[in-house]
Amino acid sequence: MYDIVAVATIVFFVGVFGFLTRKNLISLLISIELMLNAVVVNFVAFNKYLYPGRLDGYIFSLFVIAVAAAEVALAIALIIALYRLDNSIEADDMDSLQG
Amino acid sequence: MFSVLAVSTTRVIRAAVYLLFVMILMAGFYFMMGYNFLAGVQLMVYSGGIAVLIVIAVLLVHHIEHRVERLSAFEYLWKGAVVLAGMVLTLVSLRQFSFRRLEGAEHATVADVGERLLATGRGGYILPFEVISVLLLAVMVAAIVIAKGESENARNHD
Repeated sequence: MYDIVAVATIVFFVGVFGFLTRKNLISLLISIELMLNAVVVNFVAFNKYLYPGRLDGYIFSLFVIAVAAAEVALAIALIIALYRLDNSIEADDMDSLQG
Repeated sequence: MFSVLAVSTTRVIRAAVYLLFVMILMAGFYFMMGYNFLAGVQLMVYSGGIAVLIVIAVLLVHHIEHRVERLSAFEYLWKGAVVLAGMVLTLVSLRQFSFRRLEGAEHATVADVGERLLATGRGGYILPFEVISVLLLAVMVAAIVIAKGESENARNHD
């Protein structure tokens, strides 16, 4: 239990680190995926070891996975649209919504 | 671990492949815990769907040998220090908390999950389930509109 949660913590903070240090939109997306996945593993671990008779964590992780899939599809559509617009996917170049 | 590589490699395509490895290892955790259906979902949606989607996006918008530029060493250092501090803090507080571990309940079968997901009574998850399905439909339509409509607009501009 501790091991699984510790690994999930490490993966989460690696995702945070990547989110802080990367400039590329797709890399940011990858970091977000790492963080989401770590959280899902936490849900499942707590469900398994603390409330083994119930299924709430299990179902929540299913929902989180579905939302993550939706989020990635939308984010990639946005990235491709922005790339068509600007020919760049660096986060610092994104200023088309500034007035 | 592969996750470190996924955020530290300079080539985006390699980062995506490392992400794929991380997803598969997480599915291994689910198998270890005995949640086979969840592991299958993880393998299908994350490694099969999301990782492939990211790889395709990388291939669409990048040259294959494209490298991202790096930040200065100083920025790496202080951001890494902040993240490391947070990680150590979390791990230490995790160690101090004593979980009461319950053993031995029955394995959750797929039928249990399905019934719970569609239960309308107390503790049922029918409403989030329906909301999720509507959300997925809306996202699919939105993704098509965003990825396609922009090009139409651009064509009208030209």
